[in-house]
Amino acid sequence: MDELIFFINKVIISGTVIGSIYALGAVGVTLVFGILRFAHFAHGDMMTLGAFFTYSLVAILAAAGFSLPIPLGIALMPVAMALTSVAALGLDKGFYAPLRRKGAKPVTLLIASIGVTLMLQGVIRLFYGTSTRTFFESEPKDIFRIDMSWAGGTRPITITEPQAWMFGLVVVAVLALHFFLTRSRLGKGMRAMSDNPDLAQVSGINTALVVRVTWILAGALAAMAGTMLALDVSLKPDLAFNIILPIFAAAVVGGLGQTYGAIAGGFLVGFAETLAVFDWTVFLRPFRENLPEWLATAQGLSLVPTEYKLTVAFVILVIVLLVRPTGIFKGLST
Amino acid sequence: MTRRVLIAYLALAVLIVIIGMTRGVSTALLLTAISSIYALVALGLNIQFGYGGLFNLAIMGLLMIGGMTVSSISMPINWAFWNSDGPMLLGRAILAAGAGVLLILGVRNLWRIGIPRGVVTWLTVLAWLAGYVLYRTQIDPAASYIETQVQGGWVGGLGLPVYVGYAVAGALAGLAAWVIGKISLGLRSDYLAIATIGMSEIIRAFVKNMDWLTRGTLTVTPIPWPVPLPGAYQDGGVDIPTSFVYGQGGFVLVTLAILIVAVLLVERAYAGPWGRMMRAVRDNHIAASSMGKDVKARQIEIFVFGAVLMGIGGALLSSFNQLFDPGGYIPINHTFLIWVMVIVGGMGNSYGAVLGGFLVYLMWAMSEPVSAAIFAQVSRGTVALGWGPIPEIDARAAQMRVFVLGLVIWLSLRFAPKGLLPEVIRRHV
Amino acid sequence: MALIEVKDVIGGYGGAPILNGVNIAIEQSDIGVIVGPNGAGKSTTLKAIFGLLKVTGGSVMFDGQEITNSLPDKLVPRGLSFVPQEKNVFTSMSVEENLEMGAFIRRDDISGTLEEIYAMFPVLAEKRRQPAGELSGGQRQMVAMGRALMSKPKLLMLDEPSAGLSPKYVLEIFEHIVSVNKAGVGILMVEQNARQALAFASRGFVLASGKNRYTGTGPELIADPEVAKSFLGG
Ligand SMILES: Nc1ncnc2c1ncn2[C@@H]1O[C@H](COP(=O)(O)OP(=O)(O)OP(=O)(O)O)[C@@H](O)[C@H]1O
Ligand SMILES: [Mg+2]
Repeated sequence: MDELIFFINKVIISGTVIGSIYALGAVGVTLVFGILRFAHFAHGDMMTLGAFFTYSLVAILAAAGFSLPIPLGIALMPVAMALTSVAALGLDKGFYAPLRRKGAKPVTLLIASIGVTLMLQGVIRLFYGTSTRTFFESEPKDIFRIDMSWAGGTRPITITEPQAWMFGLVVVAVLALHFFLTRSRLGKGMRAMSDNPDLAQVSGINTALVVRVTWILAGALAAMAGTMLALDVSLKPDLAFNIILPIFAAAVVGGLGQTYGAIAGGFLVGFAETLAVFDWTVFLRPFRENLPEWLATAQGLSLVPTEYKLTVAFVILVIVLLVRPTGIFKGLST
Repeated sequence: MTRRVLIAYLALAVLIVIIGMTRGVSTALLLTAISSIYALVALGLNIQFGYGGLFNLAIMGLLMIGGMTVSSISMPINWAFWNSDGPMLLGRAILAAGAGVLLILGVRNLWRIGIPRGVVTWLTVLAWLAGYVLYRTQIDPAASYIETQVQGGWVGGLGLPVYVGYAVAGALAGLAAWVIGKISLGLRSDYLAIATIGMSEIIRAFVKNMDWLTRGTLTVTPIPWPVPLPGAYQDGGVDIPTSFVYGQGGFVLVTLAILIVAVLLVERAYAGPWGRMMRAVRDNHIAASSMGKDVKARQIEIFVFGAVLMGIGGALLSSFNQLFDPGGYIPINHTFLIWVMVIVGGMGNSYGAVLGGFLVYLMWAMSEPVSAAIFAQVSRGTVALGWGPIPEIDARAAQMRVFVLGLVIWLSLRFAPKGLLPEVIRRHV
Repeated sequence: MALIEVKDVIGGYGGAPILNGVNIAIEQSDIGVIVGPNGAGKSTTLKAIFGLLKVTGGSVMFDGQEITNSLPDKLVPRGLSFVPQEKNVFTSMSVEENLEMGAFIRRDDISGTLEEIYAMFPVLAEKRRQPAGELSGGQRQMVAMGRALMSKPKLLMLDEPSAGLSPKYVLEIFEHIVSVNKAGVGILMVEQNARQALAFASRGFVLASGKNRYTGTGPELIADPEVAKSFLGG
């Protein structure tokens, strides 16, 4: 039983956490791709930016002696999401819109987004330095322990408070996005533009408005994903680069431009990573007496050593590109 | 056009001379050596992106392959390894890998004896897994044996001349590019960008962690030079500053020679029928493929060609630094910086890319002391205001350069998308 | 005064002009048909009216106002609608969503218009939840036309509405067009089935090399031996 609890803690919970973060990030990437047709490399830095917005707000309020029954990082996340949306709109207006007006090709926008990523990285570290920070300096990180003794376990299932919030908020975000895209006029307009931009224009859809809404959503989702990652682990200025790769992998695996695909891709990549580095020897422990010696004493039976965790996302990516280049859900081309 | 090129290169020469006069001849030579290597790499990217329209963000990985290769080829032989059980263990790992490959190939062909395709697919997946596990059971003990039991902790080099290292580095980088190209060329640019950056990270993960082969974060040093080191001149009685000028000057001659040969080769090839074909492929995929030209094969050709230059560049870089340090490779310095060089210099123009390589590297190198000085000044200001000095000042100053690099990318795209020396439009066919 | 008046329009895709002085005038009660050989600039004319390419000379008046080089998001609210020649449905969206997109600019209740469209094309009502990409060519053409009508246009522009349809469908589409016109919507369409289309056209325009060659009522043009010989295949 304890082995199963260990598995739940290490794989189910961790996988859901990282999968949620990848999914939120990948949805943002895929929305921008659907509307503007370029892979937005600065998305990871928008996540970092959002996390730092939340961090600053928390620091200010905590310094003022303010506290709430829920973690401040969660309570203030909506404000940070709004700020990041504004920042995303600003990035578009300042950097991408001028290039689009000149009729730049998607590949030019892609390169420009690499430039933007470097600028954001520079600015973020200029202001916040390079040190690692945590949201839980002034308040404790509560941990929920679900007692499993009724099932014969001696150890509890553990979930931290931010993780519990995260699960709830991700469900809310995905549902909200779903209803926005399928029920609202603007959401449908977004899908229409992603499906056929020329026809969307011909139909009189206000494409400039759709572009703005896209950046607002992308910014908000990025801030949410970034804050959650920072709440779960810690806040590092170089959070972005390590995370943009699995996020892109998730978006491509799901099919670029496909919102639901991105969610599926996010969880797929998240669980694949956690499963790949999971040490399966725990499951051998109960049977230790009956196993041949070499297996009973085996150390660290994980599919992939932890140092190679990052490669998991790409192995999946490569397999998908080889087997089904447009992703699991058929992605956009042109 | 040729006048523009001449003026640009003259200005570059003047810049280097000014650096030499203000910061010393040795510094100027050092910067020239490194920037000419970067120029070679930029030339490679220009072939891929400027000529072929192929997005490559795997430059860092290719440079690492180059560095790793030159260190493995030219470092002395580690007899402690060859006299240990290591070779036997490694041999078993290689056999296991071979067996795994045979297993996979065998299973994939099971359909020939009437097993349904669907079943074969699943069996193939299992075969991959089995092959992988088999390999891991052999390589893991071999790796840990070499890393812990063998003196030096790695397999060592082959003790061959460093020139051989450069050549093999180019070949291996080309091979890696061929694999990357097989997988990802033919995808649209966005997928290609993501796929290549992923490959680059995979290469980094392996090179960094396969300590038994690459020494990993322990770093390999000293990698030999193709010309006498400053130390050799000192032994001959030359004073230390002059010995550096001689030594680095020698290396500069080597890198410049390689660069010039590469430029001439590229220019010749591009002016000829091969180049015409490349332009047709880049400018009009559909027309080219309908004309019966195998677009993907041409693209792989061009991708490999560029990568060979990158591999040689990576080898030269490690060789010049006499150090191969897998931990020292970061995408900003080894991928994005190259992109800036090509964008600023002029995509689709060899002379532009090379010029961009020199200029951007010189700026990048010079901006370090400049931004440190600016920050020190600002810090003095904040101290005067009673706010105390800027914390982590060095790190922040370094980040300022990253910001400027990003801004340069955007400014060039916005205001000078053709670069300093624009592509010379040649008529098709 | 004419609902739309295209005067000596010159325009193209950035290179040499494709249109070298096109003239078209249509009343709201009219069905105008543009015919001409492939590459004559028929589609280009419609695109030029709809602001999808740059008009460098001449003018376009619509409903008493100059609309030269206005963009679609301004034109649709004014009562102009356009069904392009190809890729004229949102393939990943349901039939109903396609229709709703046609009414994107409207803020009032659209359910009445939706029912009118379903009444006109009952088959669409059956398939309202199905993605438009899964429909047959003829059904897609209906979706496209329905989408364009959802904005309650004064003038409907159609680019080859009968392209790729079987003769039975062609007739059906033409009947729909006539009934739309009867309901008070001006029609300006490009057609390859020239004879058939001109037969019910109140205004006909023969275009060649980006210029009007003949103008008249449909039946007049059919009767004109010159037109018949060079453009209607004898
Ligand atoms: N997007 C475009 N860019 C550049 N040139 C174009 C474009 N579309 C059409 N053309 C050119 O404009 C000319 C007129 O094309 P247009 O599509 O208006 O012809 P058309 O009369 O509609 O012919 P068809 O009956 O074949 O549809 C053609 O020579 C074509 O090559
Ligand atoms: Mg046409």
